[in-house]
Amino acid sequence: MAETAAIELKNISKYFGGKAANKNVNLSINTGEILSILGENGSGKTTLMNMIAGIYFPDEGQIFIDGKEVVIRSPRDAFKYKIGMIHQHFKLVDVFSATENIILGIENKEKFDLKAAANRVKEISERYGFDVDPMKKIHEMSVSEKQTVEIIKVLYRGADILILDEPTAVLTPQETQKLFSVLRKMKDDGKSIIIITHKLHEVLSLSDRVAVLRKGEYVGTVRTAEADEAILTEMMVGKKVSLNIERSEPKNCEERLIIKNLNCVDREGVKILNNVSFTAHSGEILGIAGIAGSGQRELLEAIAGLQKVNEGEILYNNPKTGECDNLRDKTPMQIRDLGVRLSFVPEDRLGMGLVGNMDIIDNMMLRSYRKGHSMFLERKGPRDLAEKIIKDLEVVTPDAKTPVRRLSGGNIQKILVGREIAAAPTVLMAAYPVRGLDIGASYTIYNLLNKQKEKGVAVIFVGEDLDVLIELCDRIIVIGSGSITGTVDARTATKEEIGLLMTKSTAHGGEA
Amino acid sequence: MKKLNFHIVKREPMVWYKSVLVRAAAIVAALLVSAVVITLLTGKNPLQIYASMISGAFGSSLRIWSLLQNIAILLCISLAVTPAFKMKFWNCGAEGQVLISGLATTAVMMFLGDSLPYPVLLLVMLAASVLAGVVWAVIPAFFKAMWNTNETLFTLMMNYVAIQFVAFFLKYFVKSGSGVLAPMPEHGLPVLAGQSYLLNIIIVAVLTLIVYIYLKKTKHGYEISVVGESENTAKYIGINVRKVVVRTLVVSGALCGIAGLLLVGGTNHTISTTTVDGRGFTAIMVSWLGKFNPVYMVLTSFLIVFLQRGAGQVSTDFRLPSAISDIVTGIILFFIIGCEFFLQYKILSAKNRKEND
Repeated sequence: MAETAAIELKNISKYFGGKAANKNVNLSINTGEILSILGENGSGKTTLMNMIAGIYFPDEGQIFIDGKEVVIRSPRDAFKYKIGMIHQHFKLVDVFSATENIILGIENKEKFDLKAAANRVKEISERYGFDVDPMKKIHEMSVSEKQTVEIIKVLYRGADILILDEPTAVLTPQETQKLFSVLRKMKDDGKSIIIITHKLHEVLSLSDRVAVLRKGEYVGTVRTAEADEAILTEMMVGKKVSLNIERSEPKNCEERLIIKNLNCVDREGVKILNNVSFTAHSGEILGIAGIAGSGQRELLEAIAGLQKVNEGEILYNNPKTGECDNLRDKTPMQIRDLGVRLSFVPEDRLGMGLVGNMDIIDNMMLRSYRKGHSMFLERKGPRDLAEKIIKDLEVVTPDAKTPVRRLSGGNIQKILVGREIAAAPTVLMAAYPVRGLDIGASYTIYNLLNKQKEKGVAVIFVGEDLDVLIELCDRIIVIGSGSITGTVDARTATKEEIGLLMTKSTAHGGEA
Repeated sequence: MKKLNFHIVKREPMVWYKSVLVRAAAIVAALLVSAVVITLLTGKNPLQIYASMISGAFGSSLRIWSLLQNIAILLCISLAVTPAFKMKFWNCGAEGQVLISGLATTAVMMFLGDSLPYPVLLLVMLAASVLAGVVWAVIPAFFKAMWNTNETLFTLMMNYVAIQFVAFFLKYFVKSGSGVLAPMPEHGLPVLAGQSYLLNIIIVAVLTLIVYIYLKKTKHGYEISVVGESENTAKYIGINVRKVVVRTLVVSGALCGIAGLLLVGGTNHTISTTTVDGRGFTAIMVSWLGKFNPVYMVLTSFLIVFLQRGAGQVSTDFRLPSAISDIVTGIILFFIIGCEFFLQYKILSAKNRKEND
């Protein structure tokens, strides 16, 4: 078929510093097609799309639209060529309504007519099956509604080529399905859609073709009909990887950590945890699922002694002494002095778990430097530990004296998890431990958690990828707006079931 | 694209001898530029000017002692602000902390000098000046720790309070009514080997070593680094941040106290509102330029004192307005600070980059 592509990239390269973020990328998309851009974190997906959307300017190469070479210097230029991008982080004015946001920045000689605009918004919504109230204010909207506004904003400007950057990262499974059906409708309407993602099953269920990037380089494009997960992973990673997590049956389960009716409020007095109760057993991985920002962070921080608790109890059964201690209102120091071996891999690695400007040895020392009565530091133990972790977990680093911020995300995480595990914990809490990690590093982390479980540690795992939660955990509790909305057995639960619980609201007499 | 034909790129850390070379090149470049500026502005031979600068700093044994003494005081104050700065507590109050300690020393010398035996007097002077420095530093630290007040403004305001205290003291306790206190060398610190500044220099040398060890090798120093780098990490591992803030400012204030003692008891033997003479602020520059490392700070304080003394000599020798020497000092500092940029970044032209790949 000698059809001209809607958009074609030829030998596009972009450099940041000396590093190539994209190198000699060739790509084309036809009208009425959904193309997925697949690649691991840092493989240059977003950079590439930003060049089409006019946010970056390519250092080398050419862009063709309908067979003609074009120069896109700004988002305004991109709109001229009917290209619109929906970014991962929304760019909306909170106090404006949907319609006001949509028409914001459109230069128009005609009289300003909000009503007419709202009608057009409605028209677009109906055409593609969006569900949005044009007059609703952004700050009253859920994440998925905000995303809808972003998409309509682009359509309103007449875009024929839509680029969506990780649109499903913030959505529940149900919302994802809805988005996909809308995207399919747009495709039937003759739009070209590019979707950036690293989730394989989405790629397979949605797109016509998949373009794979690896470390900034273009690997190839395959027809989805001819691809499966194994092929795509191999293209993405560059080698065969096994995607199985070996889950053993929980053994010797004892009640290790019992949370009873935990209530917390934030600085403004808004409730962030509402009557949370659950029990974490030794020898078990307990998953916590929920939309980001539903209170996961506060829950873990409350257990670690970093978040003020207003009501409730945090009980710890000490396996050594057989005693039961209440950890509520204790500082991290006091918790440790009680003999509670609680390890915590926080969400914010460099801002909380580690000190970016310190080298690996000094970061190891964070947990142990207090030991002994001498006023001087003892660096030998931490140095040995650093060497051991570098060797055991295959950390890629010039040496143990390298500041951790110079390492890649996966290696930073290995250092943090390695240190927390080295403390021989009885409870290990990990918040989003694989966020931003490539597939190989992610599986290393899953294996480490599994080994801890087999050692009899009570592992609490806060995750965002439901597929992983279902494969890795034994039980999953689901948290929604600060309340526990359900507990499921990970061996039998489905993604849809968890997705429903994530959005269910139990608080304040909402529908149960 | 033609518009952008160069890029600024962060570079890998340099090998040490290269970074020494870059710094040396910066100083040479600074001297060359200054030479051109001097010739254009005054018509004098720049070589003579440089000779005069060197003579001003090293020209006689008296000048050398005076140079060392000035380095010692500046370095001592720089050592004092460094622990706080490393913790990202912007202590801009060294000026006031040193001055108030000097005032405490003066008061002890004046009122107790004749009644106490000399060794006891020295101890009381030390205690009084350290205590005064600590109080002046801990007040803003306490407010910062408890209510998160802005330490920069707080410490700056404390400077004015200290100056007014000194002015008050001089007005009411100087019997002649002139407001100028006659020096009391008989109650000052002991003179070693006939060199009145030797003791100061030795004390500061020892302090440099102690502060270096405190910051690099002790648990306290480690806690200071962690709190400075990330307060969240500090809380996460159970450091009591408030305690560390107050404790570090006790150390900072105590060192300012010693600086005040050396300045009044070991050098001037009297006090005025300008005794510290801006060194509380110059010390901030010394500390930053020395990257909070006491050993490097020896070099940076030497550089700054050398430039000041040399420039002063140039003004007298050539009857030039002092602004000329300020210009030279400014040019030299500009190059030295500016070269830090080239140690961390490199500039590539667009052409170059393609060749590299």
